[in-house]
Amino acid sequence: MNGLAVGCIYGLVALGFVLIYKATELVNFAQGDLLTLGAFVCYMAVVWWGLNYWLAFAIAIVVIAAFGALLDVTILRRVIGQPQFAVVMLTIGLGSMFRTFASVTWGSEIYTLPTPFGGVWRLGGITLSHQYLSIIVGTFVLCGALYAFFNFTRIGVAMQATSQNQLAAYYMGIPVKLIFSLIWAISAGVATAAGVLLAPVTLIDINMGLAVALKAFAAAVLGGFGSIPGALVGGIIIGLIELYSGATLPEGFKDTMPYIVLLIMLAVRPQGLFGTPGRKKV
Amino acid sequence: MSLFSAEDIAINFGGIKAVDGVTFSVEKGEVFTIIGPNGAGKTTIFNLMSRIYDPTEGRLVFEGQDITRVPAHRIASLGIARTFQNIELFEHATLLQNLLLARHAHKKSHFWSEILFLPSTRRMEIEHREAVERVIDFLDLQQYRDSLIVNLPYGVRKVTELARALCTNPKLLLLDEPSSGLNVEETEDMAFWIQDIKKLLGITVLMVEHDMTLVSAVSDRVLALNYGRPIALGTPVEVQSHPEVMRAYLGG
Amino acid sequence: MRFVFKTSYDQDIRLFRDKVDMGWYALLAILVVALPFVVSTYYAGEIAWVFIYGLCGVSLMVLVGYTGLVSLGHAAFLGIGAYAHAYFLQQGLPWIPSVVLAILITTACGLIVGLPALRMTGIYLAIATLAFSIIIQEIFNRWESVTHGFAGMPVAPPVILGVSFADEREFYFLCLFFLLVALWLTRNLLRAPTGRAWIAIRDSEIAAQSMGVNLAIYKSMAFAYSAGLMGLAGALFAHKIAYLAPDIFTILLSIQFLLLVIVGGLGSLHGAVFGAIFVALLPPAIAILRDGIPGTLSDWSASTGIGLFQIVGDALGNFLKKPGVEAGIFGLILVLVILLEPLGIYGRWLKVRLFFSTFPMYKADSFRRQKSYMRSERLR
Repeated sequence: MNGLAVGCIYGLVALGFVLIYKATELVNFAQGDLLTLGAFVCYMAVVWWGLNYWLAFAIAIVVIAAFGALLDVTILRRVIGQPQFAVVMLTIGLGSMFRTFASVTWGSEIYTLPTPFGGVWRLGGITLSHQYLSIIVGTFVLCGALYAFFNFTRIGVAMQATSQNQLAAYYMGIPVKLIFSLIWAISAGVATAAGVLLAPVTLIDINMGLAVALKAFAAAVLGGFGSIPGALVGGIIIGLIELYSGATLPEGFKDTMPYIVLLIMLAVRPQGLFGTPGRKKV
Repeated sequence: MSLFSAEDIAINFGGIKAVDGVTFSVEKGEVFTIIGPNGAGKTTIFNLMSRIYDPTEGRLVFEGQDITRVPAHRIASLGIARTFQNIELFEHATLLQNLLLARHAHKKSHFWSEILFLPSTRRMEIEHREAVERVIDFLDLQQYRDSLIVNLPYGVRKVTELARALCTNPKLLLLDEPSSGLNVEETEDMAFWIQDIKKLLGITVLMVEHDMTLVSAVSDRVLALNYGRPIALGTPVEVQSHPEVMRAYLGG
Repeated sequence: MRFVFKTSYDQDIRLFRDKVDMGWYALLAILVVALPFVVSTYYAGEIAWVFIYGLCGVSLMVLVGYTGLVSLGHAAFLGIGAYAHAYFLQQGLPWIPSVVLAILITTACGLIVGLPALRMTGIYLAIATLAFSIIIQEIFNRWESVTHGFAGMPVAPPVILGVSFADEREFYFLCLFFLLVALWLTRNLLRAPTGRAWIAIRDSEIAAQSMGVNLAIYKSMAFAYSAGLMGLAGALFAHKIAYLAPDIFTILLSIQFLLLVIVGGLGSLHGAVFGAIFVALLPPAIAILRDGIPGTLSDWSASTGIGLFQIVGDALGNFLKKPGVEAGIFGLILVLVILLEPLGIYGRWLKVRLFFSTFPMYKADSFRRQKSYMRSERLR
């Protein structure tokens, strides 16, 4: 059950990657650090200001989502058109800045987030902790909502168009800039949700997001970078791989097995489980 | 024996037959043009010849050799060069570097002599440069030698594509819509160059083109395609007055 | 205003454009050779870091800047070179064979990474190198018979053919020598067909193939050559740092190398050197600022009577003392460079040089970039 829950977190972060990638073809290496910021904001709301958990959760999502949109408007907008590599490095730089900001604002120690999920649930012979259950339920609710949004609303389809040919999208009257900002906001919000759900399990510190982001990458690649259900499935698979290699394989494999699987996947089927191979038309 | 022949060539893209049973041959020293409405499969044939795609049926024969399964990077050393419809120049290199690269198929130096830049490599570099300069003179590109491609206007880039293909010292030159995006003057220049390539350099030209004046001015024979199938083959006049061709272009 | 008049093809092929350029480089050479005799040994040691980072920069520049293959895990190669060399030294091998073996092993690893990489593009390749780097780091942890795992591995100063290079000055010249050799070898490759093939792969793989470039061979070569250089850098790195541990060769170090090539200027060897100067000298610079700013600003405060200086000075001092600030500053600089000067330090240097060489005819828009719209890179 832990593997499934942790896998859901990887899936959520991978989802954030895939959302941004599908729309703008950028890989946001700062996704993990947005997760960290989200967790810290929630912590601040609950512990410093004494607010209710759910209210703090909501505030964190709104604040970081707005921050994500702000990032897009002020910084990311200026680098559209530059090669992908430059933007990747940009997000890496931003992530670094976020970590330092967290360290300066909230401190570089480890913090605990009080949550209302203290109990356990006994079902048959299995014990499910509420903490892990909250993660799983939260993930599925979020994913369901997003899947519906992208496939059944005009904005979702518009987002796909924008990702394939920005200029044509402009000509079709799609508000491209607004859509990009919206995507960033959604992605940041998803990262925050992941952070808050994860906080009780791993405790909050400035590097919590980075470790998760690396595994989430593997998850996104496994599922196929252009596929939303793929991200979630990939995340769960990675979580389960971690669990089983930790239990059955020698020391050290727990952390590296996801990456070994990743390399095998890239060698055998680079587009991932659900992705489609692309080909340049000359 | 013709220089190049395509025998019953066909390719499927997920159910759509982009090219279906196309057969033609190109004689040495002629200018052979393929025309047809958009989507007729003309560029696809070029991509098959450049070995970017694999045909699902048929054979490609060049100078008597079956090249249907030859890897893409060996085409240049066989003597086939091509230009690309959407200009595939090396954007962040200078024009000179682009042209020098085209000499790659004729490279005789290897890694160890290059890394130490032995006198043999230096000599070969100068030979490559001399070969490239001949093409630069032919196409009047002297003033753009050291410019980065990103900084060049579209017309010059088109000519550079042509120059780069010529630098590979080809026997067969594939030109993909050489006049697209060019104005009337530039198209006239292109016509003169194609004629010069044929008469002065003795290179066989296989061309895909939409501009009918250019086609009539330089072509020896024309093949018309529609929906991946050949519908007419002959001299420019014959093909342009062919009823099927007129139907394909004008509909009805 | 200077005009370079070309009279032979050789001028374009030569290492130096003309006598004036050669003169400037000669001056630089004299400066660099004289430096360790003029400054203290501490600074000579710091500048030796510049040379080692320079080697790393050249390595990554070949792969990323010239061939366009992004590697997020190059620190792994540095580690492989470092540990291999340290291990062979411990086994009693003399210095030169040990380094040669380390380079060969690292090159082989480069090939191992390069071969599957042939099928991957762009971001997938980057992630694969990332995964490789994490796995290698774990191997450093676990392979205790060779690397001593967490306990770490001390490395003695180099003794080459009986001559000891333990002194900072001597080590400075050793590193300088290897950097110059690497620069020369790389420059040779870049002005030869191999280098042009690499640039072709970066800019358009399809066109490169139709010109006769065998993608598989040249991509593998790029990986192998790049890894080999990192192996050499690793050997020198091992001596410099004197104590190897697995947690040195992290992703953050790989990112620092990428920062190096970007800030220096992607696509030029000058960029590798500029970037190395920047990355190697920034941490000491921050340390100097951290210690010096509060004091200086409080002096200003006392002498001018404006309390604000004191407050700003203390705040800055406190900020710089917090853990993890260095990484944040690197991040900030990376962001600023990409936003404001994508061509890096070398790009800015070219603009400045153009200004002076065409003065007073300098056109303000000489380097203006066209607005570009994003076309799908997925279909590359």
